Amino acid sequence: MHDFTYHAAGSVADAAARVAAGEDAVLMAGGMTLLPTLKQRLAQPSDVVDLGGVAGLSGIEVSGGAVTVGAMTVHDAVATSPEVAAAIPALAAVAGHIGDPQVRNRGTIGGSIANNDPAADYPAALVGLGATVCTDRREIAADDFFTGMFETALDEGEIVTSVRFPAPEAAAYMKFPNPASRYAIVGVFVARTGGGVRVAVTGAAAGVYRETAMEAALAADFAPAALEGMTASADDLNEDIHASAEYRAHLVGVMARRAVAACGTGAVSGTGAVSG
Amino acid sequence: MPKDGIGASVKRKEDYRFITGQGAYTDDIDRPGQSYAVFVRSPHAHARIASVDTGAAAAMPGVVKVLTGADYAADGLGGLPCGWQVTGKDGPMVEPAHPPLAADRVRHVGDQVAVVIAASAAEARDAAEAVAVEYEPLPAAASIEAALAGGAPQVHDEAPGNLCYDWEIGDKADVDAAFAGAHHVTRIELVNNRLVPNAMEPRAAVAEYDRATREYTLYTTSQNPHVIRLLMGAFVLQLPEHRLRVVAPDVGGGFGSKIFHYAEEAILTWAAGKVARPIKWTAERAESFVTDAHGRDHVTVAELALDADGRFLGLKVDTRANMGAYLSTFAPCVPTYLYATLLAGQYTTPNIWCGVRAVFTHTVPVDAYRGAGRPEATFVVERIVETAARETGIDPAELRRRNFVPPDAFPYQTPVALVYDSGDYEGTLAAALASADYDGFAARRAEAEARGKLRGIGLSAYIEACGIAPSAVVGALGARAGLYECGEVRVHPTGSVTFFTGTHSHGQGHETTFAQIVADRLGVDIDAVEVVHGDTAKIPFGMGTYGSRSLAVGGSALSRALDKIETKAKRIAAHLMEASEADIEFADGQFTVAGTDRSVGFGDVALTAYVPHNYPIEELEPGLDETAFYDPLNFTFPAGCHVCEVEVDPETGAVEIVNFAASDDFGNIINPMIVEGQVHGGIVQGVGQALLEGCVYDDEGQLATGSYMDYAMPRADDVPSFTVSTRTTPCPHNPLGAKGCGEAGAIAAPAAVMNAVHDALGSRGVSRIDMPATPARVWQALNAA
Amino acid sequence: MPTVNMNVNGEAVSGEVEARTLLVQFLREHLRLTGTHVGCDTSQCGACVVHVNGVSAKSCTMLAVQCEGADIATVEGLADGDVLHPMQEAFRDNHGLQCGFCTPGMIMSALDLANRNSAPSEQDVREWLEGNICRCTGYHNIVKAIMAGARAMAAGQGG
Repeated sequence: MHDFTYHAAGSVADAAARVAAGEDAVLMAGGMTLLPTLKQRLAQPSDVVDLGGVAGLSGIEVSGGAVTVGAMTVHDAVATSPEVAAAIPALAAVAGHIGDPQVRNRGTIGGSIANNDPAADYPAALVGLGATVCTDRREIAADDFFTGMFETALDEGEIVTSVRFPAPEAAAYMKFPNPASRYAIVGVFVARTGGGVRVAVTGAAAGVYRETAMEAALAADFAPAALEGMTASADDLNEDIHASAEYRAHLVGVMARRAVAACGTGAVSGTGAVSG
Repeated sequence: MPKDGIGASVKRKEDYRFITGQGAYTDDIDRPGQSYAVFVRSPHAHARIASVDTGAAAAMPGVVKVLTGADYAADGLGGLPCGWQVTGKDGPMVEPAHPPLAADRVRHVGDQVAVVIAASAAEARDAAEAVAVEYEPLPAAASIEAALAGGAPQVHDEAPGNLCYDWEIGDKADVDAAFAGAHHVTRIELVNNRLVPNAMEPRAAVAEYDRATREYTLYTTSQNPHVIRLLMGAFVLQLPEHRLRVVAPDVGGGFGSKIFHYAEEAILTWAAGKVARPIKWTAERAESFVTDAHGRDHVTVAELALDADGRFLGLKVDTRANMGAYLSTFAPCVPTYLYATLLAGQYTTPNIWCGVRAVFTHTVPVDAYRGAGRPEATFVVERIVETAARETGIDPAELRRRNFVPPDAFPYQTPVALVYDSGDYEGTLAAALASADYDGFAARRAEAEARGKLRGIGLSAYIEACGIAPSAVVGALGARAGLYECGEVRVHPTGSVTFFTGTHSHGQGHETTFAQIVADRLGVDIDAVEVVHGDTAKIPFGMGTYGSRSLAVGGSALSRALDKIETKAKRIAAHLMEASEADIEFADGQFTVAGTDRSVGFGDVALTAYVPHNYPIEELEPGLDETAFYDPLNFTFPAGCHVCEVEVDPETGAVEIVNFAASDDFGNIINPMIVEGQVHGGIVQGVGQALLEGCVYDDEGQLATGSYMDYAMPRADDVPSFTVSTRTTPCPHNPLGAKGCGEAGAIAAPAAVMNAVHDALGSRGVSRIDMPATPARVWQALNAA
Repeated sequence: MPTVNMNVNGEAVSGEVEARTLLVQFLREHLRLTGTHVGCDTSQCGACVVHVNGVSAKSCTMLAVQCEGADIATVEGLADGDVLHPMQEAFRDNHGLQCGFCTPGMIMSALDLANRNSAPSEQDVREWLEGNICRCTGYHNIVKAIMAGARAMAAGQGG
């Protein structure tokens, strides 16, 4: 890793100021992606501004039928929170299947969504639940937040402060992991909400997206059978040494059906890390 | 027998330092004034080096020295040697030069071009980025197929068509005749997928030069420090043994990949002399992926001829094996003498022919990886037997039984050179089938089907040639060294014992197993026995640890050294008790005059040997310290049967191992706990080959699986717990009756898993699926069927 | 260069480090606590697992400067003199290690699990170990060791 100047930010405003002042400064949340990137010398920032010490960015609040998760809340806190488990169990399940326990102890929701890895789990939950991203400048709907591979609607220096999830009627996430990295080859988050059915897919394409045809089918009949025979279109899906676009397209259908089935059981099982 | 003697599951003596964080691995060693090396490596699979400009790097902060291939060539030193010369149909193999730093051409991604030595590792890395290498990229041949194609890019000018050798074993005419009379012929094509060994400790080295004594010391992650001293000293750097010490301290796994003499060892030692300060190098994992020798990588077509009763008449095997860009230390013998000679398996197949073409490619060198040739052979034999069973409608277990070498046929001469020493193949098959509840499988399959899962069961009745190796035999086959082992037993004046062994433990638990043998034999407490390995300055000589040889060969050397200790000690005891030497009996640490109650303890004899006030000095030297070299009379032949049961999710293609049972014959066992651990670990490496691990190069020779993000290593939730057991037929030709256990799991498991996968998918019309059977591959095969 | 202060195995330590210095480098090279290992560059193998403020973390994926004021626990701090921690004892009793390289990370990871779940099932343990790779043992005996170690810890606290 190249050397850089380290800043322990004292507040969100302080962090924003330090990022603005740096020649090529980056923000660091949990560092779970940034540090491996720097270790491989794939980036050479002049300054690293650490949000780890900023008070008030971490924590979970449930009120008015919504769960608000502070940007620096680690995945483990979401996964093990009784409040989250009661309000949106599928959200706890998503967090509980990100990376490994050590990643969950350090990695944060803000860092994950700001990075927007095309195979990350959280983006599926945000889009699937129709969440709202709150920053130091504004609120952004999840549908508008994830704009492409490793790209978001965040402006230069804009800092995520929290994510607000409306509680759905039922939801579940099914993930088919890459056997090496354990990121999602395909992950599908299905939610039935007052505003309709949402089917968000991660891992399969350049970024998280919604399967609108499946949403329509499920709006008519929220049951696995409604998706029978449905797959995603393989056009524009990822193709790599682990999975072809056709396989991913097929898996989107399988994971979606299993997620709907998990919703139907009432006891929402979340990811269930489908491997068997 | 003392409680910690032979046959007891003694808790390991070495564990305390490892579980308390006090192991001393190579990267844990810091020497005063130490500097750090970082290698500049080729990003191209094949390129001409137009120029190397080190000026900017040399001027960077902390840089001590930058050395290039030209500097190495200017010193007139040697290339990395190959330890085995295979002679093919057209004469000796092509053996191209292997310069430790490339000067004019690079031949694989990761090939080293220069080394930067700096005061800190970070400074060395910063400066390595500033070394300007101008490459002229050339087309690459990154696979066996590409390298053998007409007009393929040449890896070495002296190897036309990229052929290292074209070798064969067996009588082709006899085999053809057997096929002519066959009732049924089964034919399969298969791939033994390329693997990256991935010991968890990356390779590392620390080299230093003492100007006062003119002695070089190399600490290195090696399975065989004496071999490194021999190869590096005699062939590469031209240093005599007495001025070159090689230490292999605690080593974090090897699995074969740390047998070989690597360029970094030679370059660091050479450079340490130049800069006159110690130098440390530690591989990053990404570097390990492109420099550690890989394993397997065979493409094979095999045919089996059977008579109407399912008896095997002949086996014909044609294999192409990837050597990579250069010949690593043992590479040429792996697809020949460690592979083709095992193709009889456990069977009485009377006629066998195997042809092997070894091929250079623009990839990392390929060499021995856990099992080395024997997993490949087992996979060929056990896949074709299973396929033949399916085709003929004979139960796979029954077909094997019909063709087993029977228990009364030993020693058994196979048609491919080996003489099996002992075994009970029906016994291990029966035990494994019982453990696996083979008879209950049909019900389990039906139950799985009701849940929408495809269930399959697969057998692998493997054999391996271990205890490597009888020197005269391997010498005749092209080995350039003997493969005996050396041990020294030093009894101290107060009766404690140090055993110095030329084998090396990097996870196998030698410090415990060998101590048990000493304790058992001499009747001393196991805590009074210390085992020393891994240092050429302490141990007389040694060939190291690989090929499941440590107990069968190294333990036999220990046994012989203990014979000598006992003989001398009896003479001392006879003197002390004024009795005839012939009347002295030794048991449980006591020397007794036969038929009397006169006795003297082992400790008293030891003290007498070193404080010889009352001693037969005219006829006996003082001291009690004996060295023995043991050269085995034959290979040993561990064998057994592994049974795997899988469930396939047809919707996703995911394969889950739901049961795995093994019955192994390792000969006599010293520590059952350690043996079971070796089997568990081997099985999971075999499962890795079957289901997860596949090293992928793209057409340009770039490694697509160069980190754990893309190379899938088995994790705890990929595998179940295992049911393992042993049945013993002792090895008849070594003093311990031991055969070896280190590789069995990795040899047996791939075929067991893949036979189960094929069994599961057979009902859906899938006839061939290659390793690793990833979900994507399984799904695709199901779709295509 | 920044100065960093932290508490390692109950002792206050400080050092001058480059900002880019990883926690594992600080432990191994500055403090000579070489029980914590590095087995990969992509945060997957888990040989480097230590505890940061009471929970397991990969010390190869943290900067030393991020640990200002933190409590760090490494494998070297577990035993009380010659008396092993129950989890260490369980690894020895169950032959849960071979080459020993992954072992410190395995033990530190296992302790985090045991602190959350005093009687983990085999499946709990296997899933928990997603971030720890062992190439020697096939996991069979590691899983046994962790189940036994967690129970021994619970029994020790109860008695």
